[in-house]
Amino acid sequence: MTQALSLLQAALVFGTVILFGALGEILTEKSGNLNLGVPGIMYLGGIAGLAGAFWYESAAASPNALLGLLIALACSVAAATLGGLIYSFLTITLRANQNVTGLTLTIFGSGVANLFGGDMNKMAGGVGQISVATTSGAFRDTLPFLNGVGVLSGLGFMVYFAIILAIIASYFLNRTRKGLNLRAVGENPATADAGGVSVTRYKYLATCVGAAVSGLGGLYYVMDYIKGTWANDGGIANLGWLAVALVIFARWKPLQAIWGSYLFGALFWLYFYIPGLTRSSQELFKMLPYIVTIIVLIVVSMRKKRENQPPASLGLPYFREER
Amino acid sequence: MNHKVKEPFVRITKRDSMPVWRGWLTRLIGLVLALIVCAIVIFAMVKLNPLKVYGAMWQGAFGSTKRIWVTTRDTMMLLCIGIGLASAFKMRFWNIGAEGQILVGGIATAACMIYLGGTMPTWLLLVVMFAVSAVAGAVWGVIPAFFKARFGTNETLFTLMMNYVAIQLTSYFVAKWENPFGSNTVGVINQTTKAGWFPAILNQQYLLNVIIVMALTVIVFVYLRSSKQGYEISVVGESERTARYIGINVRRVIIRTMMISGAICGIAGFIAVSGASHTISTSTAGGRGFTAIIVAWLAKFNTFVMILIAALLVFLEKGAMQIASQYNLNDYASQMITGIILFFILGSEFFINYRLVFRGNALREKGGETV
Repeated sequence: MTQALSLLQAALVFGTVILFGALGEILTEKSGNLNLGVPGIMYLGGIAGLAGAFWYESAAASPNALLGLLIALACSVAAATLGGLIYSFLTITLRANQNVTGLTLTIFGSGVANLFGGDMNKMAGGVGQISVATTSGAFRDTLPFLNGVGVLSGLGFMVYFAIILAIIASYFLNRTRKGLNLRAVGENPATADAGGVSVTRYKYLATCVGAAVSGLGGLYYVMDYIKGTWANDGGIANLGWLAVALVIFARWKPLQAIWGSYLFGALFWLYFYIPGLTRSSQELFKMLPYIVTIIVLIVVSMRKKRENQPPASLGLPYFREER
Repeated sequence: MNHKVKEPFVRITKRDSMPVWRGWLTRLIGLVLALIVCAIVIFAMVKLNPLKVYGAMWQGAFGSTKRIWVTTRDTMMLLCIGIGLASAFKMRFWNIGAEGQILVGGIATAACMIYLGGTMPTWLLLVVMFAVSAVAGAVWGVIPAFFKARFGTNETLFTLMMNYVAIQLTSYFVAKWENPFGSNTVGVINQTTKAGWFPAILNQQYLLNVIIVMALTVIVFVYLRSSKQGYEISVVGESERTARYIGINVRRVIIRTMMISGAICGIAGFIAVSGASHTISTSTAGGRGFTAIIVAWLAKFNTFVMILIAALLVFLEKGAMQIASQYNLNDYASQMITGIILFFILGSEFFINYRLVFRGNALREKGGETV
């Protein structure tokens, strides 16, 4: 029983990282932009949040947890949005290829993050030495009224924030005029354009806001998952690609992404709780989230149900004069 | 009926064509701008004369005969993957799965080295490994192609997922073959016997890598440009409906092309394991499957142009590693610089394909002035 609970908790924490990443990517993809830069954006969000908190904690005599938390959030959102803006400018204004631009953004983001992460470690005195204990503590604090409530105690506020964001995103996409416009842009930009929707504005906004949300996943990873430290081990990149997988698994629906993310987390950590696995067979178990995603991808394309399909113009550029 | 037509400040129109030299000039301007931006970033970080830093980069890539050969080896590796991707991309099939195809090719090669090393002469073992790695890569490539051809499954996402299945598969074999026990690495395979290693030709250890990849460069160039199958690939890429109308079996073309694409990427894995590192790990592909996508795309699927772009990227990587050790930064500086340069080159494509027309004067705007 305790094992099941601890698996559940590991799944919730792990799932929250990719839930943020996936929510941002859902918004982005709904506008027809397939942004493969999610890992890069999560890197940018993570390192900027860490850098902000690090700078604040080493400058202030007695750092205030709440202020550190706000600084980290602001830096993270700003950096991730900047990443989204680079992508938007290249793909929307300059009409560069989306896949290539996204992959470049991933290379760039991981380069920047690991470069500065390594540097900050050095400034702090050696590998793994950087620590923003106060800010990270604020991210990991259990909500006061949930103290000692079984599995929920020990989860930071970002876990609930992700769920709330998912509900808001779902409401926005399905129940508001602007959400309808956004979906129209992703399905058929020429029609949306003819209907008076500014395709460029929707694409820019969706991509940048989506990037900001994805970036929070990186921040949560740094502050909670690895407890306010930095390691150049590619952890964020792996989770970033899982976030892309989760978008498919959730069939571009924010609410489905909630349970999907926890399922991915449980699948990822399952090997830890199965007795008698050798080190090599553990690795095979870690394939599960990806294989499940592939199966979903295949089944969705076989059944051809309209509400489960990717946005029709996903990955395609839109140029008004080109029909 | 008296509404005024408002002319926008600037509008974008498509160019009919641009002389080749101007296209390259535009790209060159993009590259120079990128280097300037990188210089500013480098200066802000390490407060050193950027020109000196670029000089150090040159040293890092070409400073000694050994370095030149390592740079060449890595260029060939990246080029090989790019060549593999070219045929798929020409068909507008987004094979993001090179990373995985390289790894399964590498696993197959390593398995041959471990289990068949010493049982047959070197040349035969090399031929066997070549074939087995090509088959492994082809299988990895055909799986998504089959579902794309049959059900229209999104290949970008499918091939992306296949990468991670391959990475876990590699981890599995690394744990299985680890040597020494507990190190969680395979170590150099056949260190003493050198069974299955590329032999040195004319005393050059990496000459065989160059020969294989150059042969592939020529073959794929001719295949895409002059063969019937190459023509079918470009028709399917331009318009699947046209292809179907003129009687091309689209499904067969997709599957066949991905088989070739995957096989060449598998061969890249063979070269990486047998011809370079002599070991296998999850970083055998090391992100090059992704970088090669950019190589193939920027070269417009021309395998000879790819040599240039691959060389540029490897030069940057080697150079940045040199800066990193010389000025106490870490290796990731190279990724950041690569990213910035690619952003600029991608942006410069816009000025090759489109031109800006400003309000008032519909004069022809010269391309590539700003990025």
